[in-house]
Amino acid sequence: MATVLLPRSLLALFPGVDRRHEVAGASVAAVIEALDATVPGLRDRLVESGPRLRPHINVFVDGSPASLASPVPADAVIHVIPAVSGG
Amino acid sequence: MTTRVLLLVGTKKGAFILESNADRRAWSLRGPLCEGWPIHDLIVEPGSGALLAAGGSPWYGGAVFRSDDLGEGWTHSSAGLTYGDAAEPIKTVWSLSATPDGGLLAGVEPAGLFRSDDGGSTWRHIEGLTNHPTRPTWGPGAGGLILHTIVPHPTDAARTWVGISAVGVFETRDAGASWGPRNVGVRAEFNPENRFPVTGQCVHKFAMAAGEPDTLYQRNHCGVYRSDDGSETWQEITGELPTDFGFSLVAHPRDPDTCWLIPLSPPDQGRYMPEGHAAVWRTHDRGASWIRADEGLPTHDAFLSVLREAMARDTLDPVGITFGTSTGQLWHSADEGVSWRMITDTLPEIWAVESLVLEG
Repeated sequence: MATVLLPRSLLALFPGVDRRHEVAGASVAAVIEALDATVPGLRDRLVESGPRLRPHINVFVDGSPASLASPVPADAVIHVIPAVSGG
Repeated sequence: MTTRVLLLVGTKKGAFILESNADRRAWSLRGPLCEGWPIHDLIVEPGSGALLAAGGSPWYGGAVFRSDDLGEGWTHSSAGLTYGDAAEPIKTVWSLSATPDGGLLAGVEPAGLFRSDDGGSTWRHIEGLTNHPTRPTWGPGAGGLILHTIVPHPTDAARTWVGISAVGVFETRDAGASWGPRNVGVRAEFNPENRFPVTGQCVHKFAMAAGEPDTLYQRNHCGVYRSDDGSETWQEITGELPTDFGFSLVAHPRDPDTCWLIPLSPPDQGRYMPEGHAAVWRTHDRGASWIRADEGLPTHDAFLSVLREAMARDTLDPVGITFGTSTGQLWHSADEGVSWRMITDTLPEIWAVESLVLEG
């Protein structure tokens, strides 16, 4: 199971949802799909048409930048981090 | 009987709700709501009284927020708000409207229309508009290729008008299966080789006259217009207004001859209130003549701008009019636009204002 850590600004959209999740999935896309099954609507916040990660959403698998296709080792730690953008 | 008057305000950094009584002089404020998302439009769902907010986050995309307790708690959804994986992503939801048969419509960027029949939980694409043969020619205005105005017929659920920048007005008479452009008589001065194209007009806002579904008032990039035949043709009513340009327009809730708007300096000359003199203009004779009102407004050094959705009217008598500026000021008139008071000047950039009157 991978450990997924979600950002505060995303949690605010889903009251009651925890920051840390233990999720099975062979790729980032599969992990997000699994998260969406327990937090309906979460995938739409991270993924746009393509499908691809939204332009200002960063995913790191064990500290390395990742895309939806990136593989996820069984014990990986995944951080979802919105870009430091805006004004 | 207690009357509560709410102003629903959408800004670049969240929604806010201001509340007063029938006097509309003292206001309380709460917010930011909707998690600080940029909010382009807010409406009230008839029947349920739910608040709905259209937004688009730079990080998390477009969605529609819903509150069933006047803004205390919110849910959101964008389920179905997509053109599919092969198409351009939807950036934001720009406009919302309730239909006479209990549905909701959402206009988005890039321009298209979606419908919900479950209060905004799920949406389906109205493909007839996207499939219009002129679609490949649609070009964006300065704010993007956006569907920003939705005007349903008050009783005929098959009939709806939409406004797209910079494309023009379209109408469906078959519940969205097919659409026709409705821009005859509307100038497109930025297209000197064809000032009256079939599409390509820069509609900024339009509204239906009270009790007259075939009478529409249109605020355009190039003038102000009225249609008396359900948008088949438009007559220019710019008249003695100080400029051709502006974004906002609201129609009286009971008098079909009255509407309000705020002219701005030309698009290449600042887009603020002309000569820094703040004023709201109104007509009581369907645009034959215009009256300037500036009592209570700053008459010099006021380089204010008001965007397309940032003006609203309530349903009280006399009607209350509110406008918000792109620099975070909120102004209100409790006497049908004759005199004005500032409610606050410390909000973020205001994009939308809606009024709600609650009796009970």
